Amino acid sequence: MNAPAPIEQKRTSVWEMYRSIVGIGAFCALLIVSVYQGTAGRIADNKARFLSNAIAQVLPDVQSTVEVSLDANGVLVAATEPASLPAFLAYGEDGELVGAVITAQAMGYADNVTVLYSYSFDLQAIVGFMVLETKETPGLGDKVETEPHFLANFEALDARLNEEGTALANAIVTVKQGEKTEPWQIDGITGATITSEAIGVIMHQGSSYWLPALERDARSFQPPSGPLDE
Amino acid sequence: MKDPGYWSIFLNAALINNFVLAYFLGLCPFFGVSSKLETAIRMSGAVSFVMLVASACAFGINLILEAINAPYLRIISYILVISSTVQLVEMLMRKLSPPTFRALGIFLPLITTNCAILGLALFQTNKGYGFTQSIVYALGAGAGFALALVLMAGVREKLDLADVPQLVKGTAAALVVAGILSMGFMGFAGLGR
Amino acid sequence: MALKQVSSTDEFIKGLWRDNPVFIHMLGLCPALAVSNTAINALAMGAATTFVLLMAGLSVSLLRNFIPREARIVSYICIIATFVTCVDYAIMAISIELHRALGAFIALIVVNCLILGRSEAFASKHNPGRALLDALGMGVGFTGALFFIGVMREVLGSGTLFGVGLFPDGFQTWTVMVLPSGGFFAMAIWLLVVNWIRQRQADAEKQAVEQAGKAAS
Repeated sequence: MNAPAPIEQKRTSVWEMYRSIVGIGAFCALLIVSVYQGTAGRIADNKARFLSNAIAQVLPDVQSTVEVSLDANGVLVAATEPASLPAFLAYGEDGELVGAVITAQAMGYADNVTVLYSYSFDLQAIVGFMVLETKETPGLGDKVETEPHFLANFEALDARLNEEGTALANAIVTVKQGEKTEPWQIDGITGATITSEAIGVIMHQGSSYWLPALERDARSFQPPSGPLDE
Repeated sequence: MKDPGYWSIFLNAALINNFVLAYFLGLCPFFGVSSKLETAIRMSGAVSFVMLVASACAFGINLILEAINAPYLRIISYILVISSTVQLVEMLMRKLSPPTFRALGIFLPLITTNCAILGLALFQTNKGYGFTQSIVYALGAGAGFALALVLMAGVREKLDLADVPQLVKGTAAALVVAGILSMGFMGFAGLGR
Repeated sequence: MALKQVSSTDEFIKGLWRDNPVFIHMLGLCPALAVSNTAINALAMGAATTFVLLMAGLSVSLLRNFIPREARIVSYICIIATFVTCVDYAIMAISIELHRALGAFIALIVVNCLILGRSEAFASKHNPGRALLDALGMGVGFTGALFFIGVMREVLGSGTLFGVGLFPDGFQTWTVMVLPSGGFFAMAIWLLVVNWIRQRQADAEKQAVEQAGKAAS
């Protein structure tokens, strides 16, 4: 084949430099934009499917969801663009409100833990829970995803509001394993103390932020153009 | 939702999720220049400095990219802008402060394309940090990198004198040391709350 | 060196063992340790890196007479970053779960010194066919190394391979292997094995030479 040409020591003209850099820039721009355009549809589909699978796990029998956000006055409105920690109103088969799904995040043992949980308006309780993202220690901290007695906390975790509807009536808090006495307490896991406590903190923060507005506005909330498809 | 405090961001980047020992970023300089304490200290100074510059740059670029709604340009613009800014700073430094340049300068071109730098820029964007938070995060990451590098250099200087089998000498021994250091750093987990 | 005819197969083979990027040259250690906690992650990362290596090698080699020497590094970085962005979106389109598992490390392929190194040292001086062979060899060598580390970490750390349980219930997993420190340990162990084999090969060659010398005298 061809032996490498001896390196030429002559100076490259400015024109040549511009030509090559602009040429490569154009080539790269073309490639990136076409790949972005080509995959955008599938990525959106994948993300939507991922989300609807997750929502189906924490709240069965959901037909459609609408992402919501709070405006500057704390009033519930339809979200204009996807948030990093979104919340959704979930509607059943006949378009009736079946619950809300909330994502929330806080510092766990090693890094942020992000969870997805569902709130039932009928029971005024948290009725479903899953961990979306965690880097907790395998075998210890990640027990919050598998330990049956811990997951049993979220069959009906009391999240009633106070009489004015401005805050949680009882702070959601994680207690030591086996010391749960009240319906708003989370029975922790021995050996994963910090992570299970973090779950309590996450739920308390998430619920304090969303629930007052949800309880006040969700029933009268009109989805932008009827419940959106998944 | 509540933002994490500055102290928590700093601790998180420096100790709990140490860039080298927990995220495996910047391993090339970590193994490359950790055999002498003196060079290790100067190297970590240079890395911390570039991290600060990169963090500020990345914040600016991200603002522009969000304004023109072009997330697909993120990787390419981060790497290009960060490396050219570091080169600019290097030239300025050579002009304005020759002593600093002699201490840090030779490392700067090496670390511009180091994964710890780009990693920092990407993580702060993913975590949605504001400007001050980004700077604190960069300071923490720099401090963590320096800590890991200096500790490692200290151990390796001693290790050179130890009598280890020929087969283990060099990188394999360094890897085991890094593994043990990394286990030690796991003890910091849980601090950041 | 430059004038010696290197056979095409050798161009490919050298990346697998003699010039293995991970075990011999210690290139691309960051992704090799960071995303090798399961075999499947290791394979995915290896495939993504191989793709970028191939495409960057091909483009650099095709453009090698078009890019002036002064502008080469910036051009290479630009080309590599472009293909990394493409791979990033492609993986998102294939599987969100995989993308979440690999995290920011897909974007960090751009600073994998292996790719810039091969573009600069090899692809910029050879024709596209050779560049592709070289890139393929390096990519397969890289993927193989990642796969070996990944298998060790997954089998010991989680007791599974490709998510399938291998051991009876009583097996106590070595959790440390899936933690960051396990990455360092697994790499150290493989490095020892590689060094040992190389040393034995070198010894055997030396012995053969000595024997030949004796026979001749």
